[in-house]
Amino acid sequence: MIVLADVISSTIVFAVPLLLVAMGGMFSERSGIINIALEGIMIIGALMGCLMMRWLDPLVMNGQLGPQLAMLIATLFAGACGVVFSVLLAFASINLKADQTIGGTALNMLAPALAIVLTWVVQGQGQTTILIPTWSRITEANFGLTLEKGSFIQALLFKNFYLTTILTVVLFAAAVILMYKTKFGLRLRSCGEHPQAAASVGINVFKMRYAGVLISGFLGGIGGLAFTLAAGSGFQSSVAGYGFLALAVMIFGNWKPWSILGASLFFALFKVIGAYASSIPFMPKFKELEGVSSYLWPMLPYIITMILLVLTSKKSRAPKAEGIPYDKGMR
Amino acid sequence: MSEYVIEMLNITKEFPGIKANDNITLQLKKGEVHALLGENGAGKSTLMSVLFGLYQPEAGTIKKDGKVVKINNPNDANALHIGMVHQHFKLVEIFTVLDNIILGAEPNKMGFLQKAEARKKVLELSEKYGLQVDPDAKIEDISVGMQQRVEILKMLYRDNEILIFDEPTAVLTPQEIDELMEIMRNFTKEGKSILFITHKLNEIMAVADRCTVLRKGKYMGTVEIKDTTKEELSRMMVGRDVKFEVDKGEQHLGDVVLDVQNVTVPSKLHSNNAVKDVSFQVRAGEIVCLAGIEGNGQTQFVYALTGLDKMSRGKITLCGHDITKAKIRDRSKLGMSHIPEDRHKHGLVLDFSLEQNMVLQRYWQPEFQKFGFIRNKEVRKYTDRLIEQYDIRSGQGAVTTARSMSGGNQQKAIVAREIDKNPELLVAVQPTRGLDVGAIEYIHKQLVAQRDAGKAVLLVSLELEEVMSVPDRILVMYEGEIVGEFDPKKTTVQELGLYMAGAKNMYRDVEKKGGAEA
Repeated sequence: MIVLADVISSTIVFAVPLLLVAMGGMFSERSGIINIALEGIMIIGALMGCLMMRWLDPLVMNGQLGPQLAMLIATLFAGACGVVFSVLLAFASINLKADQTIGGTALNMLAPALAIVLTWVVQGQGQTTILIPTWSRITEANFGLTLEKGSFIQALLFKNFYLTTILTVVLFAAAVILMYKTKFGLRLRSCGEHPQAAASVGINVFKMRYAGVLISGFLGGIGGLAFTLAAGSGFQSSVAGYGFLALAVMIFGNWKPWSILGASLFFALFKVIGAYASSIPFMPKFKELEGVSSYLWPMLPYIITMILLVLTSKKSRAPKAEGIPYDKGMR
Repeated sequence: MSEYVIEMLNITKEFPGIKANDNITLQLKKGEVHALLGENGAGKSTLMSVLFGLYQPEAGTIKKDGKVVKINNPNDANALHIGMVHQHFKLVEIFTVLDNIILGAEPNKMGFLQKAEARKKVLELSEKYGLQVDPDAKIEDISVGMQQRVEILKMLYRDNEILIFDEPTAVLTPQEIDELMEIMRNFTKEGKSILFITHKLNEIMAVADRCTVLRKGKYMGTVEIKDTTKEELSRMMVGRDVKFEVDKGEQHLGDVVLDVQNVTVPSKLHSNNAVKDVSFQVRAGEIVCLAGIEGNGQTQFVYALTGLDKMSRGKITLCGHDITKAKIRDRSKLGMSHIPEDRHKHGLVLDFSLEQNMVLQRYWQPEFQKFGFIRNKEVRKYTDRLIEQYDIRSGQGAVTTARSMSGGNQQKAIVAREIDKNPELLVAVQPTRGLDVGAIEYIHKQLVAQRDAGKAVLLVSLELEEVMSVPDRILVMYEGEIVGEFDPKKTTVQELGLYMAGAKNMYRDVEKKGGAEA
């Protein structure tokens, strides 16, 4: 039973960054800009979020600042830095009409290098890990509860519970409403499908595409921090390819929020099953393959991603105008 | 108050290299249908884009009701109640009809869409003007005719008073064209003013009150339609007398060259077939025209015929050889020539020089290569001959890149290459699309010359005038099926229109009758 609780709570905590980042990608791509820089944006978000937590640590430790308020500051800071970083992509692909894939790849190469340099500058040479303070997690104590450690409820609710999880639920709801119920959403989607049509009814395509990319920067930055919180005790200038996995989730989710939610839970589940396989009694153990068996299960989410993308790619329908720089004269 | 609702005075608009509009004046009276006539590239669309705020003119003024106005973007145009139905519809395919109509002018509270009131207004307008649409249908699922109604509703929804129609009839059946004319007349009765861009003289004579003519970016004059004739208008447009008929010699029918049996081609987009069980023959010495509205399977059929795509069922025989599964080069060797629908995609390698393009299908022949090396001198000689013979004009002769040539000359180059192969069957798909009157005349002459020389010609065309004048036989295609066969001398545009719209089917109706008798 305790394994089940672990699997569920870990699935949620790993689905959170996938969902956030894939939604970010969705906003950018539905406005017409391919955002392959999500990985880089996540790294920047995670880096700046972790640094902010580090800076706030003394204040929290001597009680001047509530730990969850500090987390909120760090989270928003991560999002804001993601926005700043994504401006580079927006400028290159919207103003300069650069190839969006190449622009995004450049940012992906820039981000980890920048992260290492900044980490060393702040912590001293050779100190490659920024440790995450223990107060980042929401525990039963925050609600004044005392639960037996290791009980089902405790493991399910409080083993992996962060402010970002709550925030994600709010952001997801907001994203769905923004995309489908508002003037802004309608206009954004029209820019990704047929920017000339949008321009002919007086919509500023440049502005809408900027909005799309910047929103993806915000969500990507927070997603980066959420991943680091979920992944372990510290940030090491990497988000382990989660930005690219989020892209796959977005494609598998057909650029639609509810499908993306389903897809991220699905992938997170396989990731967690991969990690917990050895402790789940009925899962095969591949004993014959001694030496490599420990690598087989962690490969699971990535293999499933590939198979699913192959199977569903025929049905998936990308925004029609994505990747094409907007040109007024084109018909 | 001025007599004119809109005046565009001495407008000049330049693009790098060309003056698209050179000192053009256009004055639109309230409540009139004003036609804007000119060939492709005469500057009609540019002028309208200036009025609509998409381009800024270098010189000239625009007046609304006698007052000078500045139109910097479509929002300004909209504020002046100017609306436009673009030639290429500006509709988002995956949106519903309603979403497309309100886009850019969304009724909202604090940014939240209020679709209920929009729906009410759209339904009222659609009722009032007889523009039937389903507000919840997606654009990609509705017919082109309905898409145009959506575009018109977009203008009405914004309470536009000046309505610009850019080549609105190109995609419609004759019956839909009549309906559109009726709708336009209704608008003018309400005091709306219409600018109607076209190069089709019949439509101008039918619906317009006055007409402004442009030629090569220059203003040729404005005339009252009741005081003019088709011939005079065409002379103003082209600058010389134009013959509307195509001269054809007496027909000498020969053997069957192309035999198509039960060809079925699956659709890429839908689960049904794009081409369904099509059978016909083309004999030497005749031009057969495959007519129909765009998107009824003609393109897919030609792809299967020329080998660009596979068919799922059926058999094609060319001069007695089964070519159902033949490679494109083998088809070419057996005597098939193809003037493709999309000359940029399938006709030319745009960044190659003219001479390289001319030998695309023949570079491997001994005439043009030795031990795998191209014999450049021979290629040059050959190209120079074609340039001379077919009057292909290009900046630097044989070494001009294809991209830099005008559309008409690109097409001439393709025609030269395909005809000079001396084919048994010439497949010409919309060979005159986007060309001016002179080039159209030229291409028609070449097609007829092939026929008179005893070759078989399969022409695929959307232009009714071409369908009526060039071929010896017409086959109408609707939703992937051939629904009728006609002799152009014995049929009318109206009759063809009924078949093109799917209202009639020669073979089905016969079957029904036969069933009743039995």
